[in-house]
Amino acid sequence: MQLDFVARELTIKLVYYGPALSGKTSNLQALHRLTSDASRGRLMTLETRDDRTLFFDLLPLSFKTEGELSLRIKLFTVPGQVIHSSTRRLVLQGADGVAFIADSQLSETENNRVSFLDLRQNLKDNGLDLRKLPLVIQFNKRDLPIIRADDEIAELAKHGREPVYKAVATRGEGVLETFLGLLALTWRRLDDEHDFSNKFKVRSDTFVAALARQLGVEGDPQRMIDAALGVDPRSSRKESTS
Amino acid sequence: MSAPKELPKELEELQAPARPAEPRKKDESSMLDSLTLGHGLRLEDLVDREALGEVCRSFFALFGIPVRIYAQDGQLLADAVEDQAICRYVQGLREGRAACGATVSAVKGADPGALGEATHPCFTGAMYRIIGLDYDGKRLGRIILGPYLPNEVREVPRSLLRIDPGVDPDQAKALLPKMARVRPETVTRIAKHLQSVLDLILFSGHRALLTSQMHLASVRESYRELQERNQRLSDSFERLKELDRLKSNFLATVSHELRTPLTSILGYGEMLAEGIAGPLNAEQTEFVATIRDKGEQLLSLIKSLLDQSKLESGTLSLKMGDVAIGNVLKDVASTLMPACLRKGVELEVELPPYVPSMRGDAERLRQVFLNLAENAVKFTAAGGLVRLVVETEQSGTAPDDDVGFVLFATRPTAIVARVEDTGIGIPASERGRIFDAFYQVDGSSTREHGGTGLGLSIVKRIVEMHGGSIAVGANPALEGRVDRKSIPPGSRRTGFGSVFTVRFPLP
Repeated sequence: MQLDFVARELTIKLVYYGPALSGKTSNLQALHRLTSDASRGRLMTLETRDDRTLFFDLLPLSFKTEGELSLRIKLFTVPGQVIHSSTRRLVLQGADGVAFIADSQLSETENNRVSFLDLRQNLKDNGLDLRKLPLVIQFNKRDLPIIRADDEIAELAKHGREPVYKAVATRGEGVLETFLGLLALTWRRLDDEHDFSNKFKVRSDTFVAALARQLGVEGDPQRMIDAALGVDPRSSRKESTS
Repeated sequence: MSAPKELPKELEELQAPARPAEPRKKDESSMLDSLTLGHGLRLEDLVDREALGEVCRSFFALFGIPVRIYAQDGQLLADAVEDQAICRYVQGLREGRAACGATVSAVKGADPGALGEATHPCFTGAMYRIIGLDYDGKRLGRIILGPYLPNEVREVPRSLLRIDPGVDPDQAKALLPKMARVRPETVTRIAKHLQSVLDLILFSGHRALLTSQMHLASVRESYRELQERNQRLSDSFERLKELDRLKSNFLATVSHELRTPLTSILGYGEMLAEGIAGPLNAEQTEFVATIRDKGEQLLSLIKSLLDQSKLESGTLSLKMGDVAIGNVLKDVASTLMPACLRKGVELEVELPPYVPSMRGDAERLRQVFLNLAENAVKFTAAGGLVRLVVETEQSGTAPDDDVGFVLFATRPTAIVARVEDTGIGIPASERGRIFDAFYQVDGSSTREHGGTGLGLSIVKRIVEMHGGSIAVGANPALEGRVDRKSIPPGSRRTGFGSVFTVRFPLP
C-alpha cells in the first residue's frame, strides 16, 4: 500500500499467486475483458516465453470515490514455475492481499500445496505473515473432468478462515467474485488499520460495491460481495482485527 | 481449506535452508516497488527523445501544425516547429516582439486542467491547444499544438493591427493566411491521435523499464541466494576439513600407541627364538617364527598408518640425495624375486643404457616402487609377467646419426618409471579413486586380497613430494595396442593388466 496524502491517493497492491498454469494470467485477462474502459488500464505482460509468464502481469485499475479519496489498484500475477522463486518473492513485496489460484484438477493437488507453502515462505521472507494477510482462494478450471468435487471443496472450505471461490477463468466465471472478495477483505483490513473511511470521508460498508459499479459490474455487487464472503461483514470485521 | 494451520512442520523446514535467513531490507527494491506501483514515473525516463522528436516531425509534416512536448517540470523534450511568416514579421517590430514573447510564455505556463485540454489565443488570431499527457492516471507532461489559424478567422483581427504602431495591414493580410488553417474539431481529433500514439509509446517504455528493472532485481536476488548457498557450502567444507584433521591426529596417536607394545612383543619373540630363555623344540621354534612373522607384518601396517598421518599433517620429511632410479628398481626386484618365484610370476627390469640421477629420498622411492611392484605381483596370477621399466623423456628430437650429434644432443627432461603387470587390472571407473586413503577397489569384507588401502595413497603423496606425478591405466600390451610379443606365450591373463606410470621431471 502507498498513500499520497497530498494527492489523497491510495495505491493498493494485490497479487495473484499459485502453481504454474493454474490460470493467474487468465484471471487478469478475464477481469480486463469484464470491466469497463473507464477504470482499468492496459494489461501489461512482462516477458513471456511460450505463453508462460516470466516476470509478472500487471493490470492497473483506478477509481474516483464519492469521498475525497482516489484509489488505484495494481493487480499482479507471479510466474508459477518453481524455478522463478526469486521473482515471486520480488513481486510479493508490499502486497496488501493475495488471491491464491489453485488448479482444481486432482492431479494438481500436490502442486497447489507446494505453491501454497512457497507463498507462505516468500511472504515470511518479505516480513509478511500469511495469517494476517487478506487472502482468498480460488479453485479454477471447474470445467475440466477430473477435479476436486464441489462438496469436497465446500467441506474443506468450512475449516479455513479465508473465502474459497470456484471459477472457470477462461470463461470469466467466478473471476469478478474472487477479485471483489479479495478487494473487500483488503479494504477492510487497511481501513481497520488506517481509518481511511474517516480520514477521506468514504462510506466503508458500501465502498467496494461502489468501486464494482465503476468497473461496470452488473447486478448487485454488494450482494455478490456479501455472499462471496459468506458472512455478515461487520461480524467478521471484529475477527480480522483480533 | 485450513492449510495454514495444518502444514507439517518438517515440510516448512525442508524448504527453509534454501531461503534467506532474514527478511530482505526494504530499500533494496524500493525502486522496483515505486515503478510497479506507478509512483515516480517521469516522462523523460519513459521515452527516447530522438524518437519523440521524430514523432513530432512526422505530425508536423502531416498536419502543418507545430508540436511541442514538455515534461511535467516544464522541460522541453521534443518539438517540430517552423517559424510562421506572420510571426517573423511581428517579431521584426519592437512592441510586436514583446507581445509575442508574452504570448509564448503564457502558453508554456498554461495548465490543461483536470479535463486535460485548454486553448490559448494569440493576438494574431491564431490559437494554441494545450493537452495534458496522462499515463496510468498521472499527468506526466503536456503537448502544445500551434499556432494554427482557426478556420473561422477570415479577417486580420484588430488585436494584430493594434499590437504595434508599425503593423502594415496589407502585409498582415498577405502573411496571416500562410499559417495552417484548421477547424477546431480537427485539432481535437489530431490531439486525440497524438495522445494515443504517445500513450502507446509510454506504455512500451514503461514495460521496457519495468522489464529491465525486474531483470536487474531478479539477478540481484539470485546472486544473493547463491552467495548464501556458497557460504553454507564453505561452512560445511571448513567443518569437514576440521574432521579430517581430527582423523589424522587420531591415526597418528593410535598407530604410535600400537607400535610401543608391539616392539616389546617382537623383542621378546626374538629373544625366545635366540634361545635366551632356554632351548626350544622344533614346533616351538616354528610357532615363535610365526609370531615374529605376523608381528613384522603388523608393524609394517602400523608404519603405513604413521606415514599416512605424517603425510597428511605435512610432517614427513625427505632425506634428499642423488638417486639412481635404476638401482632402486633393481633392489626392489631382488627383494620381490623370492615371492615371484614362489608364485610363478615372471619379474623383469628394463633399463636404458643411461639414466641421469635424480634428487630424492632413496629409501622413500624404494618404498614407492616396492609398494607398486608388490601390488603388481599380488594381483597377477601364476604365469603372468611384471615388468619394471625406466625411460627418459627428451627435449626436442635430433637424429642420432647427424653431424655434430654431441652438440645437438637432447637433454633428458624427465625420468619415467613404469610398473606393468598382466593381472586383473583396474576398471576405468575406479582409476580416479584408488589413490584415496583407505580406498579399496573391492571394498567387501570377503575380498580376496588384504591390505589397509593406504599403500597407493602414500605412494602418490611421496611421488608428489618429489615433484613427480603418478598415473594408472590398462596395460596397452594386453589391450592389443602394442607389440603382443612382449607378453610371454602361454601367460595366463586374468584381466586387462595395469600400468602405473611415475614421472619425475628433471630440472
